[in-house]
Amino acid sequence: MRNEMHVEFSSVSQNESFARVTVAAFVAQLDPTMEELTEIKTVVSEAVTNAIIHGYNNEPDHKVSITCHLHEDGEVELTIRDYGIGIEDVDEARQPLYTSKPELERSGMGFTIIENFMDSVEVFSKHGEGTSVHMKKQLTKSKTVYN
Amino acid sequence: MGLEFSFEVKEDILIVRLAGELDHHEAEALRDEWKNMLYHNPVKHVILNLEQVSFMDSSGLGVVLGRYKEVLQLGGQMVVCSIPHSIKRLFEMSGMFKIIRLEENETFALETLGVAS
Repeated sequence: MRNEMHVEFSSVSQNESFARVTVAAFVAQLDPTMEELTEIKTVVSEAVTNAIIHGYNNEPDHKVSITCHLHEDGEVELTIRDYGIGIEDVDEARQPLYTSKPELERSGMGFTIIENFMDSVEVFSKHGEGTSVHMKKQLTKSKTVYN
Repeated sequence: MGLEFSFEVKEDILIVRLAGELDHHEAEALRDEWKNMLYHNPVKHVILNLEQVSFMDSSGLGVVLGRYKEVLQLGGQMVVCSIPHSIKRLFEMSGMFKIIRLEENETFALETLGVAS
């Protein structure tokens, strides 16, 4: 069965844990391994944090949205979106150790971690309109069950 | 779930023990308290015990890197110990072990810094 969920929440840092726990609870029905679940929680945390800090410059009165699709073959599809300032140079932002806010003690590893934990990552961004991070991950157990 | 942290000073070593989830939301309070401990105690080295940490992301790495730089300025070393598997992967992926030494537990970490516990 194909399943889908959508959540939208305020751009406040308290919602980083809400977001990753919510997505993990939804993905749990595909019976992922603990490691896969941790990876998915981590990428949600990274992308939502990026939206709050970079997309909205830490302003609390905006919205972050998450859409998650679960496919029959055990693929998880995740889109995390903000309507903030956008990323001018996406390729630069995806480089390891790159950060536009070094004064905030950012490690610059967010996108690198996302790329390592997901099978595919696409970033769509437009200056002044926001950023959308679209990611896919095939869960291993589901794959062996269905193939 | 949040993050809990506690500090202990042993000779010239600051032991930092974390429990819970270290993300961007929790990072700021930890950074302020950790900085405060570093500058108000006659310490040089830091041992970071991650045994009870259930979640960490790149915001957590940022806080650790920030303190690493301060420890370097004090002429000391930073040692991480009792690291859970998932967080070890995060550290490996980010090249953290090139600059921060890993030890199995606090006792070993203390020994390598010349303190018998």
